[in-house]
Amino acid sequence: MNLFKLSAESLRPEDFREHLCDPACGGFSTFEGWVRNQNEGREVMELEYQAYEPLAVKEGCRIVAEASQRYGASNALCVHRVGVLAIGELAVWVGVSAPHRNAAFAACRFIIDEVKHRVPIWKKEHYSDGNSGWVNREVCAEQAANSRAPSSRRA
Amino acid sequence: MASRKLRIEYFAILRERTGVNGEELDTEATTPAELFEELSQRYAFPVPGQLKVAINDEFSDWQTSLADGDSVVFIPPVAGG
Repeated sequence: MNLFKLSAESLRPEDFREHLCDPACGGFSTFEGWVRNQNEGREVMELEYQAYEPLAVKEGCRIVAEASQRYGASNALCVHRVGVLAIGELAVWVGVSAPHRNAAFAACRFIIDEVKHRVPIWKKEHYSDGNSGWVNREVCAEQAANSRAPSSRRA
Repeated sequence: MASRKLRIEYFAILRERTGVNGEELDTEATTPAELFEELSQRYAFPVPGQLKVAINDEFSDWQTSLADGDSVVFIPPVAGG
């Protein structure tokens, strides 16, 4: 299976793992993105994720399928939270199973990197001083684009 | 010039600026580029960087011809993860 989902409920990795179990696979890799209590020197109290859901799911599913095809992974799943999240909460979960570990590691890394700069999801940080702001991560997106192989670049 | 009825949805910083999740709009704009220009004048949209556009829930080109009944979403720089 290759799937990307959005969730308004707390993520429970134990529920996802079973979808990736596969007797043909010897490697399983996961990535968890957590809500951090600071960003660029400012104290963050909570985060809010907003998604353009129909396109987020479409683009997320494309990324997951691309990852499996590119690295030869057997199963991949990515689940991303929407709504208001507290510090320490799980914001995004990626899991990949593959015949061997290299494919699992590589596909997992590819998925989280691509999700961060292609899927229409936005993050608003609420700071301890009462201010808030939408995170603009264009600089990070450029770095991700630069670190990818030339063959993966989109026109 | 013929006008067309479009559905616009707003997200993130653009939603904050308009104060609504979306709206129906009669417009003479023929492309997303023209539509964004029209809406920018009304809402004084910030220019958050590289904006993308989607028509009917698929990434699209700024010069695509808009048709009556299309839904349009302007996509500010994303920040998932």
